[in-house]
Amino acid sequence: MSALPAYASTGQRVWHYTFRTICGLIFFFLIFPILVILPLSFNAQDFFTFTKEMLAFDPAGYSLKHYEDFFTNPDWQQAMRNSFAIAPVATLLATSFGTLAAIGLSQSHVPYRSAIMAVLISPMIVPLIISAAGMYFFYSRIGLQGTYVGVVLAHAALGTPFVIITVTATLVGFDRSLVRAAASLGANPVTTFFKVQMPLIVPGVVSGALFAFITSFDEVVVVLFLGSAGQKTLPWQMFTGLREQISPTILAVASLMVAISIALLTVLELLRRRSERLRGLTPS
Amino acid sequence: MMTSDTTANTDAGNGNGTHTEVLTTRDGIPLKVSLAKALRREKLRSLALIAPLLVFILITFAAPIADMLFRSVENGIVSDTLPKTVQALSSWEADSPQTPGEPVFKALYEDLLVATEQKTHTRLGSRLNYEASGMSSLFRKTGRRVDRMDEAGPFKEQFIDVDDGWDELETWQVLKRYSPTITSGYFLNAADMELTADGVSMKPENERIYLYLFWRTLLLSLTITFSCLLLGYPVAFLLAALPARSANLLMILVLLPFWTSLLVRTSAWKVLLQQQGVINDFLVAIGIVGDANRLVMINNQTGTVIAMTHILLPFMILPLYSVMKTVSPTYVRAAKSLGATDWTAFWRVYFPQTVPGIGAGSILVFILAIGYYITPELVGGTSGIFISNRIAYHISSSLNWGLAAALGVILLGAVMLLFYVYDKIVGIDNVKLG
Repeated sequence: MSALPAYASTGQRVWHYTFRTICGLIFFFLIFPILVILPLSFNAQDFFTFTKEMLAFDPAGYSLKHYEDFFTNPDWQQAMRNSFAIAPVATLLATSFGTLAAIGLSQSHVPYRSAIMAVLISPMIVPLIISAAGMYFFYSRIGLQGTYVGVVLAHAALGTPFVIITVTATLVGFDRSLVRAAASLGANPVTTFFKVQMPLIVPGVVSGALFAFITSFDEVVVVLFLGSAGQKTLPWQMFTGLREQISPTILAVASLMVAISIALLTVLELLRRRSERLRGLTPS
Repeated sequence: MMTSDTTANTDAGNGNGTHTEVLTTRDGIPLKVSLAKALRREKLRSLALIAPLLVFILITFAAPIADMLFRSVENGIVSDTLPKTVQALSSWEADSPQTPGEPVFKALYEDLLVATEQKTHTRLGSRLNYEASGMSSLFRKTGRRVDRMDEAGPFKEQFIDVDDGWDELETWQVLKRYSPTITSGYFLNAADMELTADGVSMKPENERIYLYLFWRTLLLSLTITFSCLLLGYPVAFLLAALPARSANLLMILVLLPFWTSLLVRTSAWKVLLQQQGVINDFLVAIGIVGDANRLVMINNQTGTVIAMTHILLPFMILPLYSVMKTVSPTYVRAAKSLGATDWTAFWRVYFPQTVPGIGAGSILVFILAIGYYITPELVGGTSGIFISNRIAYHISSSLNWGLAAALGVILLGAVMLLFYVYDKIVGIDNVKLG
């Protein structure tokens, strides 16, 4: 399918190009909604569509006013501060607990391994609305509902499965004889862990942390139920904005968040290559 | 790690011809014992590493889910608020033709005196109002007048004087039915059924909403899964067939939406699908649609299906792609060399090998779809909402937590069942990210 052979019949040629066109359209469907908000966020008008000036590439049709609104509006600024106060702490909790557990899980003899794994992965599988409902009920019993600590704990719990999965994936390719070699050369277990094991699983840990961060940073359902006005995060502010008074500032925020996703994606890809190189594979 | 050397020592006391050798370590411990000890130590160490997270998840996540399970059947409110009445009612049969006698009313009087002081009677009223309308106002009204009643009695007449509701059999049947601390009432409600004096029966036609909502959630999720498959299959096929370099480039187009915030994508669709939005403007500009009859693509089921297909498409493409990568192109070539047409080679040889990927991707998308809340809430209007939106409504607006919990438990059960199937097909350990 990839390359058309020289002997292809007319029918095959027609199908080949039709298929490529169909795929092109599907890729367009995937990427267009994300790309379209970028130019729209520079709209000089408060519209959600391209104005005549924008289509004519008239500089007067473009402006930074929605970005300006984002950076000066106290609501958005508070939301951004809250997001950055919650996500890193949740990430730290999720990554440290998750990495330890992943190392434990990858040992050769773990009793009840599959049962433990099922419990630890469950925050990723249970629909968010159910997690949110359960947490709302339970956290209001123990007085954590509407508190910063409650939201951080909830987000950390939601992020751990990603850390476990990514770290376990790097540990699968980990050569155990390296640990034995270190031990035979006289290193104690702690030194072995930090000097031999850790550098090799760092890519997994970092990408797990990125997943945990983005989980918390993008999460809206749980914070909507668990948080009070003092924990209003960026996604929450976007959610209320979209539901009530839809303002084009949302497009500016959305564009900034797309930029963040691109940055994260790049970091992940670099990590994946590094990890493959460390394990002696040629990166593809 | 086993550090002790193992040597084979022949047991000196072994002289009667049977060949028993006990392997020991150098310090004389039998090898079996030493190995068992090392194994135990290793197990303990791995458990010690897992324990912090396990405890953390049990407290922050598993306990809330257990609490929800508990709340879906918990019903302590009647026996907590009216303890004496519940006790007095135990001698009254729910199918008796008369309302209870004086002792029950006396108990009710005493209970209500305490309840009005603590203001818990209105909560009980609103709880019972879920089961029979009119209970809320009955308790409010009685609560206002109860302290003015004559302490000497007779209580039955005084209560009926305040509100005729106390003379109705239904009031007492409801109280009696909901006096146990465990109830199936919320689950029955969630399935559009109710508990009446004659047992469980369906609610009247015009009061049924949840079965329809479950049905719609199911149907829309299936539609979304199917459209994801329809769009995802060709893309995965192309990505698997292309050389690695171009496939990786195109993969970015799949991964970028995957990594972009859900709200960003939902807001993009809100912008695109509006009546004054980009798609309608474009269609009007090229003359397909008249300016007067712009398409209504948002705040209905169309909006939900389009936006969610876009959001969940990467979850279909990624598993399909990883399965298709493993299908060797030689099979298709062999089929063609044996005279199969392109279509036969694809349908009889290639396609069957991709079925595991189709299964994995479809279940994943379906599991994610039936629990979605944000997107249906924002682009679904009233006709495109899911069962999760109803759960959220009961938690934050109607405050009927028990019903929200029961709906949640049903949804959770469905997801768990599907996940079990997913685990059988793909395996929980093989979940891959990015």
